Amino acid sequence: MSVKLTINGVEHELDDPDMPILWALRDVLGLTGTKFGCGEALCGACTVHIDGQPVRSCVTPVKRAAGKTVTTIEGLHDHPLQRAWIELGVPQCGYCQAGQIMTAAALLASTPDPTDDEIDHAMAGNLCRCGTYVRIRAAIHKAAK
Amino acid sequence: MISRRVFLVGSAAGALILRVGLAHADAPPSRLDLWVAIHPDGSIDITCHRSEMGQGIRSSLPVLIADELGASLDHVRVIQGDGDPRYGSQDTDGSTSIRNFFDAIRQAGATAREMLIAAAAKQWHVPAARLVAKDSAVSDPATKKSATFGQLAHAAATMPVPAHVPLRPLRDLPHLGKDLALLDADAFVTGTAQYAADVRLPDVRVAVIARPPDVFGAVASLDDSRAKAIRGVEQVVQLPAPSPPAASQPLGGVAVIATNTWAAMKGRAALAIEWRGGPNKDYDSAAYEAQLLAAVHAPGEVARSVGDADRALASAPRKLEAEYVVPHLAHAPMEPMAALANVTGDRCEIWACTQDPQDALETVAKVLGIPNQNVTVHVTFLGGGFGRKSNPDFIVEAALLSKSIGKPVRVQWTRDDELRHAYYHTHSAQALAAGLDAGGNVIAWRHRIAYPSISATFKDGVDHPSSGELGQGVLDLPLAIPNVRVETGAAPAHVRIGWMRSVCNVQQAFAVQSFIAELAHETKRDPRDMLLAVLGPPRVVDEKDQGVDKLGNYGAPLAKHPIDVARLHRVIARASDAAGWGKRGNLGLAAHRSFLSYIAVVASADARGRIDEAWITVDAGIIVNADRVRAQMEGAFVFAMSSAMHGELTWQHGAPTQTNFHDYRLVRMPEAPRRIHVDIVPSDLPPGGVGEPGVPPVAPAIANAIFAATGRRLRRFPFARFLTA
Repeated sequence: MSVKLTINGVEHELDDPDMPILWALRDVLGLTGTKFGCGEALCGACTVHIDGQPVRSCVTPVKRAAGKTVTTIEGLHDHPLQRAWIELGVPQCGYCQAGQIMTAAALLASTPDPTDDEIDHAMAGNLCRCGTYVRIRAAIHKAAK
Repeated sequence: MISRRVFLVGSAAGALILRVGLAHADAPPSRLDLWVAIHPDGSIDITCHRSEMGQGIRSSLPVLIADELGASLDHVRVIQGDGDPRYGSQDTDGSTSIRNFFDAIRQAGATAREMLIAAAAKQWHVPAARLVAKDSAVSDPATKKSATFGQLAHAAATMPVPAHVPLRPLRDLPHLGKDLALLDADAFVTGTAQYAADVRLPDVRVAVIARPPDVFGAVASLDDSRAKAIRGVEQVVQLPAPSPPAASQPLGGVAVIATNTWAAMKGRAALAIEWRGGPNKDYDSAAYEAQLLAAVHAPGEVARSVGDADRALASAPRKLEAEYVVPHLAHAPMEPMAALANVTGDRCEIWACTQDPQDALETVAKVLGIPNQNVTVHVTFLGGGFGRKSNPDFIVEAALLSKSIGKPVRVQWTRDDELRHAYYHTHSAQALAAGLDAGGNVIAWRHRIAYPSISATFKDGVDHPSSGELGQGVLDLPLAIPNVRVETGAAPAHVRIGWMRSVCNVQQAFAVQSFIAELAHETKRDPRDMLLAVLGPPRVVDEKDQGVDKLGNYGAPLAKHPIDVARLHRVIARASDAAGWGKRGNLGLAAHRSFLSYIAVVASADARGRIDEAWITVDAGIIVNADRVRAQMEGAFVFAMSSAMHGELTWQHGAPTQTNFHDYRLVRMPEAPRRIHVDIVPSDLPPGGVGEPGVPPVAPAIANAIFAATGRRLRRFPFARFLTA
């Protein structure tokens, strides 16, 4: 049973409903901006949006997005967060940053000017082993302005 | 058309050898040396031969070349160098990229510049000496003539390679020490930066491997029928079992080969494997820790000796003893290991997140039995490395499997693979004892140390730390104490021990800097005063002062990089003053020299032991990219805080217990300090390291802050467990 869904504005049909969205994006569609970090929704590197809500694509099967709209990092274009990330030199190794930005984008969509506590709460599921948290927080504030 | 082509050969020691070769050069660009190639349109390719793993080296080394060349950064494109011994060492570890290449890399830029100038001088019939290279052009101030690098490049490539080139004075390098833009920022925030698992080849297969739970365990029996029934799974391949020493051999096991990663992961889960335990099958980290503690409560092999520490301890009016333990730690880079290999006939092409592409190349060539020149290793971005990705075991797996199935193979490690089959940070115990005179001065210092050595991974039978490992904060530690003795106890390895960011400085700085603060408490002195007293007055120390035969000094000559106590004093003063030392009671301080750089850290804790702010002062000598130095210090704090607060891997029956981020915890944003202040000491001394030296002082600064704020003295990682206990 195939699944129809829209990814970054393009309609796709995927033939394995149980495959996690992460692997469908990466291995089937060649959208490699979404990263594999833990496979158990513990690190946030694979974060994408389904109908605007952040989800961990490594544990979310394709069928959960049937008829819905998926947005990945490739679907953001000159987002204020991307600009703030560049201006503040946030990334170090860069690997977690797509997931960080997707989580932050969902936060700003619902909370346009978050406090430090709101940022901490929203971003707690996204690990950064390089330790860029101070700059991520600053960049979210900057993008909110 | 055949034209002369020039290669510069660098070495880690900084010496450069020039080599002239012949090559077809019909097509642009004109390569002036190994690092610099210029296109006719004026765009300039500069190679970064070191791996980018978050330290920002691609935003740093090429800028140094461009400045020396006289290139405008707008014209520069950075090319990632493949594994190639002509570059000199590409082993991106030891915080060496700047400190070992600061001179060599400028030679490369200067050589290309002098060849461009020579081409212009020949064309204009004027003396080369009066020509100027600036803004990607050569100009003649006398005639006002000017030609762009692009216009000169073809002619420049035919110029003789100068034997000696003058380097610009540092003040003439326009970007040196500035806040430089992060070259790859756009690629990072758009998801276009290519990591190892992102490389696409036609007809590629994905392998996920079930490895033996204990090192040198092996497959006893295998039933792969359920795995093979999974859609997408094509083959199941057994890998050869390694024999000691482990070195960089793959661990063996069973590979599931599939058309996509998900199928390969499901296939692995469906394997029924009975493992046969090897010599490490009974390894139990709790029992091992008892063994380490017993080892440090008995005399050991003497590694450093001044005066008579035993006698002074026995006769001291007051004595303090404490023991410190750091359990096994894992690198946990956000990117689990991945490598893509394509073996065709007697050739192999590889794309991998490797810190050491030359070692990967040589190891793969050896394993496949093909010449080195038949192996190409492309270096992708690394999603963190921290020392793990110096070992090419995962790359060899991909090469073996590609050869086996005759197709390109991407090996994908999962998080539990990464945690369960690492080259672990060692498990250590240390016992410190100090004798105090009636005035509270330290008159005797005894430091007993036991941990399995990294050398044991590469050589059978090694069961004591090497002098290189002890040289990371023990043999090189300045101590103004008349009686000093360092001893090491036996500690055989039962897992693969590897390098993890700042390596043995982690546990050694933790023990030493914590113990000094404990001595301050014991004698009711200010911890900063006690630290300065133990380190002693500003001076340069040598082997004789230290009571050792030889100091490794991170591979650098002491004449160029002396152990200068004045620099430690300076960073201590600046960091503690910035933090308001003496005006608040919840601060912890630690200072440490490693990788030739001097760093002091002050942390502040609240009443629950939560770390809310940090002040870091770094003296790394000359720096190239100030913003990346700050970023490394910020990141090192969080990295080291994860180890200190949560870091512990445990073993039962030869296998690690932890499998993912729920039980191998890392600091998350809410726990990280809200503010991390970084202060860089201006310096014109030779560059030291930056990537690693931010780590060692963090754990003791946190322990000392928690003690100051809560009265609880934490002597073993992970602190969080004892705080909540």
